[in-house]
Amino acid sequence: MTERWKVWLITGLTAAVIAAAIYAPVLRRRMKRAARMQQQSEEQARRELTQPVPINPGDPRVKAKLFWLSDGDNSVVAPVIVELPLSQDAVLRSKQVLNTLLAGPVDAELRTLPPDAVLLAFYILPDGTAIADFSEALATSIPSGIASEQLAVDSMARTLEANVPQVKRLKILIHGQEVETLAGHVDLTGTFVVNTGAVSMATSPTAARAAD
Amino acid sequence: MLLDVRNIERSGFFPLLGSTFVLFAGAMIALATQTSSQTQQSSASPPTAAIQTNPSTPIGQPGVTGAPPTAAGRTQGGGLTIVVLDPAHGGTDLGARGGGGMRESEIVLDFAGEVRRALEQQGFQVVQTRQGNDNPSFDDRSAMANAQRSAVFVTLHISSTGLPGTVRVYVNSDLPAVTDTNGFIPWDRAQAPFLALSRKYADLVQGMLAQRFKGSPDAAQTGTVRQLRTTAAPAIAVEVSSVTVNDRSDLDHMAAGVGDAIARGTVAFKSSYVIPNMPGALP
Repeated sequence: MTERWKVWLITGLTAAVIAAAIYAPVLRRRMKRAARMQQQSEEQARRELTQPVPINPGDPRVKAKLFWLSDGDNSVVAPVIVELPLSQDAVLRSKQVLNTLLAGPVDAELRTLPPDAVLLAFYILPDGTAIADFSEALATSIPSGIASEQLAVDSMARTLEANVPQVKRLKILIHGQEVETLAGHVDLTGTFVVNTGAVSMATSPTAARAAD
Repeated sequence: MLLDVRNIERSGFFPLLGSTFVLFAGAMIALATQTSSQTQQSSASPPTAAIQTNPSTPIGQPGVTGAPPTAAGRTQGGGLTIVVLDPAHGGTDLGARGGGGMRESEIVLDFAGEVRRALEQQGFQVVQTRQGNDNPSFDDRSAMANAQRSAVFVTLHISSTGLPGTVRVYVNSDLPAVTDTNGFIPWDRAQAPFLALSRKYADLVQGMLAQRFKGSPDAAQTGTVRQLRTTAAPAIAVEVSSVTVNDRSDLDHMAAGVGDAIARGTVAFKSSYVIPNMPGALP
């Protein structure tokens, strides 16, 4: 190989390295964006498949109280008034408010439940115990910790308490199964008192553990 | 004296009795307790002396051993000698994870070392539920506390949310009242008779932590913490915020303060520590 070819080869290689160095971060950003979009569309598809209870515009619009993190103090949940067309049926109404809770507040920082969690099933037993079955994402995507897990449960219990008086207790399942804890801390083996008026032994509306 | 009744059914010892009650053993203990209660009631000596002269009394293990409820028989003050310290998670359960490979399971083990030092300096005997990177079950951890007399239980956690540099203390929410007429308390509600004591202990420790870590609440919080539910002793969960700190050293710097606050809170609690020997006799 002549000297001239060697020079051309080295120059070409150098140019390729520089181009790659410039392009690599751009490529990484695009890949991240594409992955995010794919995840969002998967989430959306899952929601559409698993949420057969769309908001019915024919239902009367009511001012629902939904509990997300308080704007001023992130260690407690606080009510946000949202006007929604809610069904008169307790099960449908519960699904509607829980799905709205899962969709999250305007400020995503104040959400209490992971965005990819899905309410798979919901029913109410004759004694007022509600069974809410969530996808595994509720347990796997929630920030681990006593505070965050308790706030997640509190937000669900208090939202149901405010909007569905028929629900007295809440039992949370993950993918149809009873699990010991939400994400290592908060106990899911029992039920959570929702309606304090109906369950006299509870002192806390959200955190009390009712009889098994 | 303590009976761990969790595996009775599986072992086939009492196949007809269910997993949470041991009638035979309970009846024997109830008989012993009844005898000692009568002795205590008729004795002019202070309760401590009465209990010391009746070693068969299941002091400090009210529910698990199954003593019948009565208003008699409480020992107050000075009985607290052991702290069962529980670094949460471990093994494959990493707990909360932060940037730079921070893992709750590792950090709490370091915190436990500091807390242990502070408690031992105050004269307490410390029993740790794990020393290394293993992961005992919730029940195994509780069993270590339930096997002790005159103990309190502290489980240590690091959160993945909350204002970094703050610390929160949790006590279990109300558990349903125990209705069994024999006075047996199911294993899974072992905390129920201790809730008032746990609340008092939690508030004292939280108060000490609030003095040291600004932004921490003044009073303890309630939560449905799984680990606390099966613990038959005053039991609290201490959660430090958080693994979201930029640098692990920010958390490491808190360890000595957390240890000191827990130790001082435990000392303060010691004077009001009540050893109940009957499930129905708790404040």
